Amino acid sequence: MKDLDVEGVTLRAGTEADAVCGVPPDRVARPENTEALGRLLATARDAGATVTPRGGGTALDWGSPPRSLDLMVDTSALSWIDHNAGDLVVEVGAGTPLAELRRTLAEAGQRLSHDPVRVGGTVGGALATGVNGPRRLLAGTLRDLVIGMTLVRADGVVARSGGRVVKNVAGYDLAKLHTGGYGTLGVIASAAFRLHPLPSAVRVVSVPLRSRERTERSLAALRATAVVPAAVELDHDRLCVVLEGTAEGLVPRVEETVRALGGDDAEVTEALPEGWGVLPTEGTLARILVPPAEVPSLVEELDALAGDVRWYGSIPAGTLYLSFAPGTPVDVVEKLSAAVRRAPDRSAVLLRAEPHLHEAGVDPWGEVPGLSLMRAVKDSFDPDHRLSPGRFAGGI
Amino acid sequence: MATSVRPTSIPAALTALVPRLHEICGEDGVLTDLSRRRVYESDGLTYHRATPGVVALPTTTEQVAAVISLCAEHGVPYVPRGAGTGLSAGALPHAEGVLLVTSRMRRIVEIDLENECAVVEPGVANLDITRAAAPYGYYYAPDPSSQQVCSVGGNVAENSGGAHCLKYGFTSGHVRGLEIVTPSGEVVELGGKATGAHGYDLIGAFIGSEGTLGVATRVTVSLTRSPQKTVTLLSAFSSMDAGGETVGAIIAAGVLPSAIEMMDALAIEAAEAAVACDYPAGAAAVLVVELDGPAHEVDAQVERVTGLCAAGGSFETRTASGAEERALIWKGRKSAFAAVGRISPAYIVQDGVVPRTALGEVLGRIAALSAETGIRVANVFHAGDGNLHPLVLFDDAEPGAGKLAEEVSGAILDLCVEHGGSITGEHGVGVDKACKMPRMYSDDDLATFDLFRRAFDPDGIANPDKLLPTPRLCGERPGVRTGVHPLVESGRAEQF
Repeated sequence: MKDLDVEGVTLRAGTEADAVCGVPPDRVARPENTEALGRLLATARDAGATVTPRGGGTALDWGSPPRSLDLMVDTSALSWIDHNAGDLVVEVGAGTPLAELRRTLAEAGQRLSHDPVRVGGTVGGALATGVNGPRRLLAGTLRDLVIGMTLVRADGVVARSGGRVVKNVAGYDLAKLHTGGYGTLGVIASAAFRLHPLPSAVRVVSVPLRSRERTERSLAALRATAVVPAAVELDHDRLCVVLEGTAEGLVPRVEETVRALGGDDAEVTEALPEGWGVLPTEGTLARILVPPAEVPSLVEELDALAGDVRWYGSIPAGTLYLSFAPGTPVDVVEKLSAAVRRAPDRSAVLLRAEPHLHEAGVDPWGEVPGLSLMRAVKDSFDPDHRLSPGRFAGGI
Repeated sequence: MATSVRPTSIPAALTALVPRLHEICGEDGVLTDLSRRRVYESDGLTYHRATPGVVALPTTTEQVAAVISLCAEHGVPYVPRGAGTGLSAGALPHAEGVLLVTSRMRRIVEIDLENECAVVEPGVANLDITRAAAPYGYYYAPDPSSQQVCSVGGNVAENSGGAHCLKYGFTSGHVRGLEIVTPSGEVVELGGKATGAHGYDLIGAFIGSEGTLGVATRVTVSLTRSPQKTVTLLSAFSSMDAGGETVGAIIAAGVLPSAIEMMDALAIEAAEAAVACDYPAGAAAVLVVELDGPAHEVDAQVERVTGLCAAGGSFETRTASGAEERALIWKGRKSAFAAVGRISPAYIVQDGVVPRTALGEVLGRIAALSAETGIRVANVFHAGDGNLHPLVLFDDAEPGAGKLAEEVSGAILDLCVEHGGSITGEHGVGVDKACKMPRMYSDDDLATFDLFRRAFDPDGIANPDKLLPTPRLCGERPGVRTGVHPLVESGRAEQF
């Protein structure tokens, strides 16, 4: 491979610890800023090098293994926060840890309304994987919160879309396209987000999950209320409803929620439970999309097929996470995936497939609608297929 | 220069297509008569006009796909159009192309209460979704001011917002699924009744693409539970500065109203003359603040906002919670655009965005600009999200006045960009602002947008000459409106 020495970039040899789904990079480069990242990718283009970015390294075992990995781009030096509290807007470097961003914003009484699903991740990693935690019913998900993005293209060109104002329809909303793109269309250098004020009080109303019928009744009753939940979450063996507001205003909302959920065994807490929204870090993990009303029946159907699974996810969004016990064999995972995919309006991807699934040739993505368009977009942005080749849906 | 292309006969390249279009859309689904084609020569921005080569009015996805396939096969450009209420000439027809009008695709396919969503065809009027959902306690949140007539397909193309997008966001936050026809004629299903989709967020990138990536033929939208309580406040101030600072104070206090609108003295005067809205006498600025949600939370917020208005120097605040009283407050705001049409022979409506914290500074600069040039500017805008709608007034009978007004209007956009804002918050780029894109984006940024566009439309037949600058377009000027817009006049729309 040609020389990758670039001004403003620290280079080292890759190790097993850097591996992406078991594939170690040849080298790891740490650019000091966006311009250096641009120079690095231009040089990589000239060298014909394949590139995969990493942030906190918390999702290196997500997606499919790259077909080739010459160069890993470590974004950890792209860490900066430019917070404009008065405008409820923040612009941050991709390598900024989400926890650091949360602390900075909280000092000003604000937040990025996104519950991370992994601990230790960066802003860039959260965007690139595009997976969202429970509180998404009021402000939406990351793709709704990102208002601008600076991206370095496969050829090293630095391009910006959107801006630093919330209301803006000038140009294509490419920030959304790259959210959940796994770095296959470019490397995220920074992003701007809209923020929200921290609520003055939070209440969590939860009940143990019982029968499908009871869950369906509870959900229907909850839909009929005007309590405006921030989350209605399946949290393994409990159904959790999160309400945000003022301590006084929450009193009648909590009462109404308790009634809707069936009353007597409801628990009310004044803080989110430990590890809220964080998905299991071991074992195969699937994301399932299903019409929200079918969630209880799908859970029942799949539980009957395999007892040893855990459920998480937002019921009104119809987005569920199915966590398999570590070591779950290929046939069990495939049986459940097939059961989900049997209905045309349901779909499943494996966010994380254990190594033995990759070895068995399981495609974590399965059939994804719109793949022909996704291929066309990939060909346009990365004609040589050097950015994380093979890591995404349809072999992209 | 304004666009005005008006050939009389159908271009030769299209005449061969007409029989095929008749086969696809039926005898009544194709318009070739000049007089009938002329009906479609502009959208809501009437200054740009072009007679479409031929007009196709399909009724099904299959027909849309067949029309577009035919265009692709022959390399003929097409322009999609919904209700034609857009304000950036995004639906300006192509004189040598097909105008593909979705207005006959008006079916609400399904109101699905269990999944809290609706499935509709693109020609359905925005407000009709709310009308269909209201009996069940739901509504469709995006509410562009043309919502009585504007189509959902058009909302998808423009990523429409509305007065209440401060809290509820834009169209993109409310669309779960799309069926689209690509510029090659392929039908693609994206998303469904769950929120989000696997793979690239093509739904997110398609929304707001102004018809350049394809045509939405079916849209699955989220329905929102109607709020338990809604309260509208009208607060009057003796200076714009005081009003603007109060907006900042409300936001800083952690209150998220569903809307914060602001009007200046000239806009108030016009509205008063037109609809006798009875706003507090002597106000140099009024704020219209709407709060909605669970009753107890709203009550607390009303108290908070009333206090902040008083602290900010408001000399009168009125509160309304009944539908009729609230409508009275909104009447002045909603009539303002049309009302300005009565006090000035002509005007340009601008659409720019500034960071909220720059509002005071930018409004001051606009006032200075107005004083320097003698061109009156009325300000009616979505203050909560910094989306300005300055109305630049002039007399089109006076030589040079139009040109000066355009310069003032352009300078206001420059101010927005200079302060880190945007050249359009909701009207879109279309033809009207394509040449202004380089003020906001670098050549590399624009080339990247073009890379994306070409992935969908390598031959450039989908709404060409819109959204991105082309050499052919440069030098065109923003639209000038004379008097009241025909849709407003006929009572089909309240304002734009």
